Amino acid sequence: MMMNAIVFLIPLFPLLGFLVLGAGIRVIPRKVTALLAPGMILLSLISTLVLFIGFHPSTASQVHQLFSWIRIGPLDIPFAFLIDPLSILMLLIVTGIGFVIHVYSVGYMKEDPGFNRFFSYMNLFVFSMLLLVMGANYPVMFIGWEGVGLCSYLLIGFWFKNHEFNNAAKKAFIMNRIGDLGFLMGMFLIFTTFHSLDYQVVFDHARGMTPGNPVLAGITLLLFIGAAGKSAQIPLYTWLPDAMAGPTPVSALIHAATMVTAGIYMVARSNILYILSPATMAVIGITGLATALLAAFIAIFQNDIKKILAYSTISQLGYMFVGLSAGAFTGAMFHLTTHAFFKALLFLGAGSVIHALGGEQDIRKMGGLKQAMPKTYRTFMAATVAIAGIPPLSGFFSKDEILAKAFEYSPLLWVFAVAGSLMTAFYMFRLLFLTFSGDFRGTEAKRAHLHESPAVMTIPLVILAILATFGGLINLPALFGGNAGLEYFLEPVFAASGSVAAHGTPLPPATQWLLMGVTLAGVLAMAAWAWKRYTAQHRGLLPDDAPRTFAERVGRNKIYIDELYQLVVVRPLMWLSKFFYEIVELRFIDRIVNGVGSLVVRTGNTVRYIQTGNVGFYMFVMILGIILILFFNILI
Amino acid sequence: MLTIILILFPLALSLATLLLKKEQALRFFVLGGALIEFGIMVAAFVQYRTSCHCQLLFRAGWLTNMGISLKFGMDGISLLLVALTTFLVPIIILSSFSHTYRRPATFYSLLLFMEMALVGVFTAFDGMMFYIFWEMALIPAYFICAVWGGNDRIRITFKFFIYTFAGSLLMLVALIYLYFSTPFPHSYDIQDLYAAVLTPGEQTWIFLAFFVAFAVKIPVFPFHTWQPDTYTESPAAGSMLLAGIMLKMGIYGMIRWMLPICHVAVHRWGPAALVLAVAGIVYASVIALRQKDMKRLVAYSSIAHVGLIAAGVLVLTIHAMQGAVIQMVSHGINIVGLFLVIDLVEQRTKTRNITDLGGLALKAPRLAIFFMLILLGSIALPLTNGFVGEFLLLLGIFEYSALFSAIAGVTVIFSAVYMLWMYQRTMLGPANDITAEVRDLSRVEMAALIPLIIMIFWIGIAPGFFLDTALPDVMTILSYAR
Repeated sequence: MMMNAIVFLIPLFPLLGFLVLGAGIRVIPRKVTALLAPGMILLSLISTLVLFIGFHPSTASQVHQLFSWIRIGPLDIPFAFLIDPLSILMLLIVTGIGFVIHVYSVGYMKEDPGFNRFFSYMNLFVFSMLLLVMGANYPVMFIGWEGVGLCSYLLIGFWFKNHEFNNAAKKAFIMNRIGDLGFLMGMFLIFTTFHSLDYQVVFDHARGMTPGNPVLAGITLLLFIGAAGKSAQIPLYTWLPDAMAGPTPVSALIHAATMVTAGIYMVARSNILYILSPATMAVIGITGLATALLAAFIAIFQNDIKKILAYSTISQLGYMFVGLSAGAFTGAMFHLTTHAFFKALLFLGAGSVIHALGGEQDIRKMGGLKQAMPKTYRTFMAATVAIAGIPPLSGFFSKDEILAKAFEYSPLLWVFAVAGSLMTAFYMFRLLFLTFSGDFRGTEAKRAHLHESPAVMTIPLVILAILATFGGLINLPALFGGNAGLEYFLEPVFAASGSVAAHGTPLPPATQWLLMGVTLAGVLAMAAWAWKRYTAQHRGLLPDDAPRTFAERVGRNKIYIDELYQLVVVRPLMWLSKFFYEIVELRFIDRIVNGVGSLVVRTGNTVRYIQTGNVGFYMFVMILGIILILFFNILI
Repeated sequence: MLTIILILFPLALSLATLLLKKEQALRFFVLGGALIEFGIMVAAFVQYRTSCHCQLLFRAGWLTNMGISLKFGMDGISLLLVALTTFLVPIIILSSFSHTYRRPATFYSLLLFMEMALVGVFTAFDGMMFYIFWEMALIPAYFICAVWGGNDRIRITFKFFIYTFAGSLLMLVALIYLYFSTPFPHSYDIQDLYAAVLTPGEQTWIFLAFFVAFAVKIPVFPFHTWQPDTYTESPAAGSMLLAGIMLKMGIYGMIRWMLPICHVAVHRWGPAALVLAVAGIVYASVIALRQKDMKRLVAYSSIAHVGLIAAGVLVLTIHAMQGAVIQMVSHGINIVGLFLVIDLVEQRTKTRNITDLGGLALKAPRLAIFFMLILLGSIALPLTNGFVGEFLLLLGIFEYSALFSAIAGVTVIFSAVYMLWMYQRTMLGPANDITAEVRDLSRVEMAALIPLIIMIFWIGIAPGFFLDTALPDVMTILSYAR
């Protein structure tokens, strides 16, 4: 009973926050909002911690039902929450990072006239995200799934006077909707196959199915379309860089740490379905790898601090999918966790920089910020080292786990994945050096304005830096004398898949050390190269430097993918719309109808001279006759 | 007894309205009357016991030698549609207070007459009564559009009339034919019509006649071209009545009359009709992408949405049929909300042209919030009414054919595209000369919108009440249709 209440409290707090802030949007003073909005998330976090402390991974997962949502005979969709290790992990991330970012936002959004509106959306987002990860069946997950999409839309277009931002928001929503249609169809196929949408029922049934079952392949592929939309994978990734139009804390919370990882969570949640669908796993692996490499390549050539981080997020999500496809569910969740730490930190650090520079986002106009902003610099550096995969920071362990699994799966996969890691190290150190090292390249006015952010913003940075630094400890592999805590914690969720998956022989420690050494050497070389190029040789610093090489031009222009979509999707669709409306609708269907109409009138006029009866009546009989003849001729 | 009161009360109001001269008194009287009608409906709801039979039955002989009787009653499906009608009419009346219509007494009288006819259509359990009320609903719709409509109203209403009247006549022929096929003594009673003995060939003709009649009203592609013109040219109250309630007559007719009577033909020809419905979803959605007039955009979006409902009716699965019933209610609420918002925008800016607007959210944030909430229902976000219907419809169609469901499902994407485009271009962005000095919603305007919002979330969060009301009767219809 006690447990039950706590489970419901977790999403209730942010919902309350949203409702109160939404209702009192014009009257609630900022000071109250500044306490209320983060306070609600803090209460959620505390409830989650209480739940977590009282939870033993060995206990069976619990379902807490609130009410029956949609019920028609066998179709029974309760509004129910599932509490198991996986959802607890996600809850900790969402409420933990969510709280930190809410606190930071109080400082970041201080001057904004839409302060209350911002926090009402943020609380609604956390509520939706909690539904997404707590739902005990696919439709409840879908409520959260579309709910976070809505919040993402509202927050990307938060400064709605600017149509460019609005376009970015709309693009995000629409691309997500394309994925959502896949999710919907996946749910329908699940229902027609298993006659239930409940996780436990579906997974129990699926367990008895043979690997390679085509229906399972269909289900998993359809669901993956949804995951690709939400987690910004090829071909549905182009919304995420544009989504950087939103306030930076939004980018940190929604477009880095939580919402975009929903696709990973969904695949991990449905692990049994995926492990039984090797074909889908191959598709996920190829998609993830291609996305990881493509996004990393583009990131190298970007100059907008947030865009670089956005492409980096896409790339890292690709890694998580690679991990999933190799059956490393824990590895993917581990990387999801550490990524949430260091990527949220990177975005908040970027926000701190943007704040100090009065809105400047071009890294070519930055430089030398480490003197003025030491806390931001140090924490940003910690995050950079973490994401680059340099031990002993968190990113090293989580990425290493994926790489090792990739090697087990196929050495070729490992080679590509490592190539991506090297690119990651390069663009991240390029970003770090261009922003914080060397001399300041902005205007004098901006130089005078430079300042470290207030404590309300730097304390969150420090908290996240600690997590990004030591986060690897939660799943320290045995190789380093760790106990693989996360692996053990999540074991009940992935146990069934583990028994299905083909057991490759684990790599011998010597091989593991070797692979690690090679990767690390490469990463360090990249960092050194970036230092040489951007700090020692001062290259790429001029704001107007034209792309010189082909690769540079292509990368700067994001491989022209947006232009390609415009050409092959948007324009033909608009052309089709015009064709349907101007030709089919107005020239064809409407003309036939009007023709019939005027024919009737003419005939009616003729009839009037012949007969003196009730003209109106005859007219209707005539219409009837003509239409009957017309239809009968068509239909027979 | 309550059923016949629900029909006669608006009729009495309609006649009494003609006697009133002062506009203020008139408004008070009409709104009060419509609210009392709503109250009667609530009483009917309370009396109603969910089971599978027609209840609150009123029966009286009339032209018994021709087999016509006054048989009115309600099952769950009727009840929901009557509830929708009596719920929306007060809102439509309230929203029309901000307009000064010529000859207001006639206008409101026609509006109430229409309510009477609509309730009659949804409660008639006699074929000829159904036909008579069906035609009676057409008359006020015609006049409201022809007298109070936009500049192009005469041409448009003529088209509207030709279309729907042609359809109606086909239905009349079918009903008379059916009458002679009923067991002796012939009658138009619904049970007798259900029991009519027909050869498969006869069924096909009857099916075609019914289908065209209903398809025009819904409208299903390619019988739809009256609809965007009529919605656009009608005064706001007319558009709301037509789109919110009247088109449900067509879907209701399919469920109540076409499926059980022509079940053999439905199985044979249903797939062809389904192709039209699904094609119409894509066709109308694509056209909606480029519309500049807010009303016309919503009109095309409506063709797509009701095309999905029609498709759901035709696949004969329980989920789709339940989805169709709940979506009829939801669509009525959402489209009235959309037309209402458009009317509020037009009153303030004197234009409905999307490209002329922008930035309304700056001066009218309440309007923007209400618009967003209605829009969410319309694009079927989970926990709004639109989602429950769309989910069940697409699921039911999926059970019939995954391919059709996937094609019909593009409405999920397209509705977001055109609705968000409209929202962005009207509400967001910088303000311009037209939108710089608009006022926000008044209390009266909010009073019309708030009930709609409540329903959007009630149906979205706790649809059980509505689904359970309709379920036994949906099962009955399906058992006839199978």
